[in-house]
Amino acid sequence: MAENSITTKELIKEENLVYQKTRLLTNDELHYCPGCGHGTTHRLIAEIIEEMDIQSETIGVAPVGCSVLMYNYMDVDMQEAAHGRAPAVATAIKRLLPEKVVFTYQGDGDLAAIGTAETIHACNRGENITMIFINNGIYGMTGGQMAPTTLVGMKSSTTPFGREVSLMGNPIKMTDLVVNLPGTYFVSRQSVHTPGNVRKAKKAIRKAFEYQALNKGTCFVEIVSNCPSGWKMTPVESNNWMADNMIPFYPLGDMKVPEE
Amino acid sequence: MEEFVLMKGNEAIAEAAIRAGTDGYFGYPITPQSEVIEYLAAAKPQERTGMVLLQAESEVASINMLYGGAGAGKKVMTSSSSPGISLMQEGISYIAGSELPCLIVNVVRGGPGLGTIQPSQSDYFQSTKGGGHGDYNLIVLAPASVQEMADFVSLGYDLAFKYRNPVMILSDGAIGQMMEKVKFKPQQPRNKKSPDWATTGKTPDRERNIITSLDLDPARQERFNNKLQAKYKEICKKEVRYEKIQCDDAEYLFVAYGTSSRICQKSMQMAREEGIKIGLFRPITLWPFPYNEIREMAGQVKGMLSVEMSAGQMVEDVRLAVEGKVKVNHYGRMGGIIPTPDEIVEALKQKIIGG
Repeated sequence: MAENSITTKELIKEENLVYQKTRLLTNDELHYCPGCGHGTTHRLIAEIIEEMDIQSETIGVAPVGCSVLMYNYMDVDMQEAAHGRAPAVATAIKRLLPEKVVFTYQGDGDLAAIGTAETIHACNRGENITMIFINNGIYGMTGGQMAPTTLVGMKSSTTPFGREVSLMGNPIKMTDLVVNLPGTYFVSRQSVHTPGNVRKAKKAIRKAFEYQALNKGTCFVEIVSNCPSGWKMTPVESNNWMADNMIPFYPLGDMKVPEE
Repeated sequence: MEEFVLMKGNEAIAEAAIRAGTDGYFGYPITPQSEVIEYLAAAKPQERTGMVLLQAESEVASINMLYGGAGAGKKVMTSSSSPGISLMQEGISYIAGSELPCLIVNVVRGGPGLGTIQPSQSDYFQSTKGGGHGDYNLIVLAPASVQEMADFVSLGYDLAFKYRNPVMILSDGAIGQMMEKVKFKPQQPRNKKSPDWATTGKTPDRERNIITSLDLDPARQERFNNKLQAKYKEICKKEVRYEKIQCDDAEYLFVAYGTSSRICQKSMQMAREEGIKIGLFRPITLWPFPYNEIREMAGQVKGMLSVEMSAGQMVEDVRLAVEGKVKVNHYGRMGGIIPTPDEIVEALKQKIIGG
């Protein structure tokens, strides 16, 4: 044992605590697959709510999809929306409780396929809500079918030979659509596959929450994510594949930043 | 002292909504009920009470806005007409499954499909037998006058919040469009406080509030369904509403609601002039349906004619109620046609008295 190493007894002492689960995450075991980006993104949101001290002000809206049970993991008031309708649900909550902080959390099938109309119109009206969009290019919950964001050539259970544009159309870049709507105030696309990216993603999500107090419009953050199970890869392989394939098509960075 | 005013049924619903202390109205235009949102837009409810008014991108969005607003504990309502209500069915099922209170107005037009913009009563099944997926019921109120259009708004909210259940006002294009005198209740204040189950932000003094209809555990999901069914049973016991007109000496009975019940009153007058002792039983709550009260009438009358602007939907409930004790038949018109009083009298003679 090295001379300056710490014993287990010492390690669990409070003064030696350097990192812990944020208070805003419950003790429920996450049902997400190992390596999935949902867990990291949940943690970021919970950390931000805790750091901003807005637990008693915050109302979240969960989607249908892998993160349908999100309300089990976050110690905030939440509503579980029908598939694709989170922006409509959040619209009413925010308009009826304008002093509160309202956020939505949706996957690509939810936000970019069945809920496209609600997404576009909430953003176009400039609803003062924070929208978090997890884009992993696949329907995870139902077993890995093609999503609107599935890349060209990418295999899924409904595109077993790869997505073919002539048959299935092109992947949709929702964030590029909403950035052009006058109702959006802050739009960013980030990822959580490296520590550096996690920090950048946190910064963007934090801004998306902070700007809500300004009542200037919709704050929209896309998180390009992996889906090891749906992509049939190990977590590491899926992160590498994402970096090589997803991010070139969905480039990261702030896309609409308010003028300071 | 409030005075009578002359108004369309749709406008009366809108004015009553403001006065009932509605927190939010979310809707999408569709004939024959667009006057509801138009009246609200002109009446500036934002200034009168602070009420939120929003024209949504679709009926699908409207009903999900109701879900969100109801989940926040607010008094929320929407109105639409048949095709729009069809679009809302998924959301209505979620609202019932999450036990949320709200008010939905259906100013029925003829179907199926795009159908017609003329009045009809062909959404009875959809309204009273569920409509969306799963085992649930709406409380369904059927107004027969512009006055009832107004009165049923606050009654609807009372029932919705009492039972944490969506309430539907099932009207039709005739009552929505016709003008009658109506007297409004005075302005009710909006509720400042949300109920303790609402999502208003988790404070240290309570656990977090979750609004959901999801439970993946079959045993728990069944328990929840049993709880819902117990609630529905209680509603059936306590909330049946109906009106009996000239039933005391009746030998025959019209059973009709809404516009049909209005026409039946004229038919009744005509038939009685010919010496036919006929009464009118008007269900006001279509769900819960007045099965017991109609069953009681079966001991008195020789036959019942269910008069509906449909192919015959409520008639099934009338038959269930009388349990084969007396003859029950149906007369109705479809496609937006309103039956005339004399053709109803003729149908009574042919299908019940002589048949």
